[in-house]
Amino acid sequence: MPAEPLIEASGLAAGYGGAPAISGVEFTLLPGQTLALLGPNGGGKTTLLRAVLGELRRVEGTLRVRAGCGTVPQTERSRLDYPVSVLDVATMGTIASLPWWRRPGRHEREAAARALDRVGLRDLAGETFGRLSGGQRQRVLIARALVQDAGVLLLDEPFSGLDRPSSAGLEALIGELAGEGRGIVIATHDLEQARGCDQVLCINKRQIACGPPAEVLADLGVLEATYGGAIVEIPGSGGRAILPPHHHHH
Amino acid sequence: MLAPLQEPFMQRALAEVVLLGIAGGALGCWVVFYRLSYAAESLSHSIFPGLVLAAIAGVPLLLGAAPAIVLAAFAIALAARIAGVDREAAVAVVVTTMFGLGVLLALSPQSPPGIESLLFGDVFGVTDADLASAAALVALVALALRLLHGRLLIAGFDRGTARSLGISPAIADAALLVLLAAGIVVAVQGLGNLLVVAVFVGPAAAARRLSDRMLPMMAIAAALAVLAGVGGLYLSFYARTAGGASVALTIVAVYALSLPASRLRALRGHSQAAPTGVTVS
Repeated sequence: MPAEPLIEASGLAAGYGGAPAISGVEFTLLPGQTLALLGPNGGGKTTLLRAVLGELRRVEGTLRVRAGCGTVPQTERSRLDYPVSVLDVATMGTIASLPWWRRPGRHEREAAARALDRVGLRDLAGETFGRLSGGQRQRVLIARALVQDAGVLLLDEPFSGLDRPSSAGLEALIGELAGEGRGIVIATHDLEQARGCDQVLCINKRQIACGPPAEVLADLGVLEATYGGAIVEIPGSGGRAILPPHHHHH
Repeated sequence: MLAPLQEPFMQRALAEVVLLGIAGGALGCWVVFYRLSYAAESLSHSIFPGLVLAAIAGVPLLLGAAPAIVLAAFAIALAARIAGVDREAAVAVVVTTMFGLGVLLALSPQSPPGIESLLFGDVFGVTDADLASAAALVALVALALRLLHGRLLIAGFDRGTARSLGISPAIADAALLVLLAAGIVVAVQGLGNLLVVAVFVGPAAAARRLSDRMLPMMAIAAALAVLAGVGGLYLSFYARTAGGASVALTIVAVYALSLPASRLRALRGHSQAAPTGVTVS
């Protein structure tokens, strides 16, 4: 019997009130699958992640989410001057499961330490979060989502600003987490990272295409509709690249 | 050193600054990290008309300050809803209006003598009721911060993701503002309308430079606030300067001393703390 989908979206339109910010979204995420959300800045990637989290108003269509979702935001959005240790940040994932009058105790800190172990950062548990490298910070935020016992991980531009070895390490970790049966959704600008996923969903206000990367990314029309004029041919390489977006966070 | 302690007015003043230092220092760390320093200053100025009315009516200042701060909060919320008026502008308009109203009342013929103590505080004139309210403030702040610590930490760390972790940043903000308002209403009696903000910002800003963890930072801020408060009272006693102003100036001096101390700390192997309130991105 095929596994029940973790997320099913059909004809989904959602927004912040007023006109929908995204529309026509249609995809299925099975356990163990990775889905890349590809699109320009302001194209609706983060909006779709927020819709999956249930933070936005659904205007049309259906969206079924059958697992707990853990968010892994861009680390630049966290305050790096904040007086918290790596263990403190991982422990934040336990708060939702506690009644409001209870503080995280030994049990919760042990769970956080196990999650840090899982992402290879147990030795840095006592370090200040803001002093870690970008790749390490991303791992801490993944650990925080793991502590939430999330069946689906929603990663927003996880490779942004990482050097190649850090990216490769993070990619391997994401692969392992998917291998354990989690669903992974990655918002990204990077065509190469998207190629490594099981599915690619191209979005620019509306869904342009969704399917296996070999099909979706081979269609230049899809990429043009997704990115408009921001695609450039790389001379001599035969490859294509997307002009780097401005780094405004939305 | 012990001579001032023989004086009953000094004993009361010391008890007052110790209690306010503990509450203001600990709460101040959250004020600084939530970037509420401007809000703290605004709230303290906006209660001036309430203080003057209480002085005219001859009732405890708390009875005038509490409704005034609630009125100011509502007025700010309403003004911020007007199209084209952002929150900062709304705060500035409401605070200026409230403070101006307070000055008009203070200059009226009905105004009792010694009204300037509302602006600069009268820490040597604290009553048993003032001490009781300061002690209640310490209990409230300690209990609330203990219960809310983890949630405040999450909402301040990354507001965008807080909701997915089960935390509402708006509720965290509101809880902090209520605590801050309570702190200002109580502390304004000793430190005055213009100087009260010092105890909520100065020690916390200094502690920020001396620790990388919230709980030690809160303990350091409380200790520095108490130290500065006691130092300020001694300064006032021997130099015959105004009590509230002396405490405020000592707090500034403590902050100034924290600058070389944090450099020394950095040289000893800790990397230097980022400047207060700055998001590195």
